[in-house]
Amino acid sequence: MRIANKSTSAVSLIKASLEKIEKHKDKNIFTFINAEPALKKAEEIDKKIKKGEPVGRLAGVPYALKDNFLSKEGETTASARILTGLESPIDATCVEKLEAEGAIMVGRTNLDAFAHGSSTENSYFGPTKNAFDSERVAGGSSGGSAVAVALDCVEFATGTDTGGSIRQPASFNGVFGIKPTYGTISRYGVVAMASSTDVLGFFAKSAADLDLLMEIASGHDEKDMTSLPDFYGSADVELGKKKIGFVKEFVESPALAPELKTALEEKLSLAKSKGYEIIELTLPALEYALAAYYIIQPAEVASNLSRYDGIRYAYRTKTLKSPKISSADKSSEKTALENLFLNTRSEGFMRENKRRIMIGNFVLSSGFYDAYFLKAAKARTLIIQEFEKAFKSVDAILSPVAPNPAFKLGEKVNDPVSMYLEDVMSVPVNLAGLPAVAFPAGSTTSEKTPHLPLGLQLIGPRRSDKNLLKLVEELV
Amino acid sequence: MEITEKEINHLADLSNFSLDEKEKSALKTDLQNIFKYISKLNELDTENVEPTYQVFEMENVWRPDEIIPQDADREALLALSAEQEDHQIKVPKVL
Repeated sequence: MRIANKSTSAVSLIKASLEKIEKHKDKNIFTFINAEPALKKAEEIDKKIKKGEPVGRLAGVPYALKDNFLSKEGETTASARILTGLESPIDATCVEKLEAEGAIMVGRTNLDAFAHGSSTENSYFGPTKNAFDSERVAGGSSGGSAVAVALDCVEFATGTDTGGSIRQPASFNGVFGIKPTYGTISRYGVVAMASSTDVLGFFAKSAADLDLLMEIASGHDEKDMTSLPDFYGSADVELGKKKIGFVKEFVESPALAPELKTALEEKLSLAKSKGYEIIELTLPALEYALAAYYIIQPAEVASNLSRYDGIRYAYRTKTLKSPKISSADKSSEKTALENLFLNTRSEGFMRENKRRIMIGNFVLSSGFYDAYFLKAAKARTLIIQEFEKAFKSVDAILSPVAPNPAFKLGEKVNDPVSMYLEDVMSVPVNLAGLPAVAFPAGSTTSEKTPHLPLGLQLIGPRRSDKNLLKLVEELV
Repeated sequence: MEITEKEINHLADLSNFSLDEKEKSALKTDLQNIFKYISKLNELDTENVEPTYQVFEMENVWRPDEIIPQDADREALLALSAEQEDHQIKVPKVL
């Protein structure tokens, strides 16, 4: 990536970034643009460089922040109405670390509200469009971040990946994306979605850039008790078997687009030519991962989103009367305060947020807990065990990120099951807490859909993140 | 599984939001389709399998019981609420 130095000024990097942002305005990538403060910071960095003072490893590098990261610059909305107006008094730990190295946030990027979605269509600010085709989706939920990097608006962007939200948009827009081992980067200051699978990660233009960002952002944080002790770059799991696996069930899936199957086969041949043995893996429990995920994740969503009540921060309804059509039979007895909760949540959440909260409350409710939530938690164990067994025989698993390249805007947004099926190859990784790197693997060539990026992911055992990035470098 | 209107109302009640008629009928169809899909899990044999609730590899993370200075002070946090009075968050009358 381009970093400010004696011959390239930070101001010129930021100006170029802001010009690109302006040029691609019609893609609806950003929810907030940080022009003036960004230029001011760049001037300060240039002064330091001129004086020969030390600057960070990301000096003057323009970056985009997914809008579910808290930072003192601009409102943090998570593209949800219920968070509009939230001016954070704190920075997320990840933001602090990036800024300490001289990175400069030029804007906040659009996402599916609360990261609920696989297309960035569920945003209060409208959909972000695919970098290569404005009639197609950006992918999601980190759609804005992926498109910002793909169109060169920024050098890198942050993302979160609960069930594929970094890898799928990366693959839809032809960029690199890392979903680290669960707990590698502190989640302090990031809007929670499903806490047992949420991770922070990055979009960039190369595996080497992702490596630098991981070096900077990883490590234990006393503000996040689920952040792992430092291992990145010091205690990484070795990948030395020279064996790469692929999942038979994925390759044989009728849902997999033929072009992605070909892309996968080509990369496996490339790996073979570089001396890797290719192993076919049978992982039958993965077929159940999506069903388990769409129980566990909504359950955690329902719990995490119960905090939004209009009292302590952000959006509060103006209507204290009972809604005309209420869910509750006893609505007439509600107090003004109860109506404040009810109306704030009714107005503040999008349809998809409501869907997930309701599913979550259903699977957690008495009488259904054992049949749904407990069953899914047991399925999760089986999925983890299958991966553990697989990593005894291979270093890493090569797989498509999603069964298809970017689909049309509006194609799936009214059919949640078909939208959820987009996540079928990405969610097993999250349930097991594994690292995975999405990387570009060519593009479509058919007349109907020319030039749509194709993406694959390389999945490794826990704490193999750095070596996984090295392996990806061999495959691009 | 059949999702009835009564169940939709109950779930909206548990979730603390209200739904208009249009939302209700759309969500009824959506939830029915979603539950049909996730019931696929019943095919999986989970006899004698322990559940997994988290994939964090550590247990009992301790720290000394000391106050750690936070980034935001009381006033900054209070200022985030829609209404304040006398250094407190103001809400509508409860009683």
